[in-house]
Amino acid sequence: MTDTVFIIVSAAALTYATRFGGHAVLSRFRTLHPRVDAALNAVPAAVLTTLIAPAAAQGGPAELASLALMAALSTRVSMLTAFLIAAAMLVGARQMGF
Amino acid sequence: MSESARRAEIIDGLKASFPVVVSSAPFGMLFGALAVKNGLTIGESVAMSATVYAGASQMVGIELFGKSIAPWLVVLSIFAVNFRHVLYSASVGRRLAQWPALARWAGFFFLVDPQYAEAERRGEQGLPVSPAWYFAMAAPIYVFWFIDTWIGATFGALIKDPHGLGLDFLLPLYFLGMVMGFRQRPLWLPIVAASGVASVVAWHVVGSPWHVSIGALAGVALAALLAPDPGRPFA
Repeated sequence: MTDTVFIIVSAAALTYATRFGGHAVLSRFRTLHPRVDAALNAVPAAVLTTLIAPAAAQGGPAELASLALMAALSTRVSMLTAFLIAAAMLVGARQMGF
Repeated sequence: MSESARRAEIIDGLKASFPVVVSSAPFGMLFGALAVKNGLTIGESVAMSATVYAGASQMVGIELFGKSIAPWLVVLSIFAVNFRHVLYSASVGRRLAQWPALARWAGFFFLVDPQYAEAERRGEQGLPVSPAWYFAMAAPIYVFWFIDTWIGATFGALIKDPHGLGLDFLLPLYFLGMVMGFRQRPLWLPIVAASGVASVVAWHVVGSPWHVSIGALAGVALAALLAPDPGRPFA
């Protein structure tokens, strides 16, 4: 087995294990402690924020303005509409040199 | 389930996949281009996208692959980036618990960030998170992911101005939309603030990809700490 094949096969197996494992462990418990339940409900916002924050912290005017626009629009229009407008603004601002 | 209800769920799923297919396309292509540049064949690049199927971790893996680091360390780094999926699995698994076992096992394979977030959001709106909806959303994202990888691997050298096209910043924008979608949940703002600050600090101090796990842990721990304790009701 080449190194590349080893990396791909092991990474695929371990990644599936992470996606299956959380449920496999949790489904053994009949009831959830309220703190565990609160922690699980916090997961999406907590994790997704970490995928944004460093990029935002390094962002210039174009990036920050598009994030602000996305945040403002997503409370008013659909996710897809907000995304297309914010992305267009980002590309426009970058093309103009911001 | 009636045929028309099932059809509506499939259409909902396909609709939910569309922004993901668009916003992840640049990353699939970028991954393909970088993979070939770092020594993978086109076939290996596509195989990695089709089997690992986790964009950020594939990027990290390919980045390390180009630096002749020990293979097991590359695998460990990919695992570190994907560790957040344990939380996704535990969280969304509550909605998949009634599925037939085979569908559930298959479903977890497709549990990428946007799939997870949309499933949570749909469940929160009181809509059924059924296999029909779930796989209708998952299939286009999955198929386009390795088509995009193939395109990037084959034609990657042709993109002249990825920055001007905003390619590096589309996913943060998309993820912000998802985060906003959860703003009705309890303690949303403190959680977002804690995770945001912790991830930026960790990004500077420890480095990528650890900032994801550390930042997420900060927000999740805060939520657990602030959760009302049923043993001590408010006076």
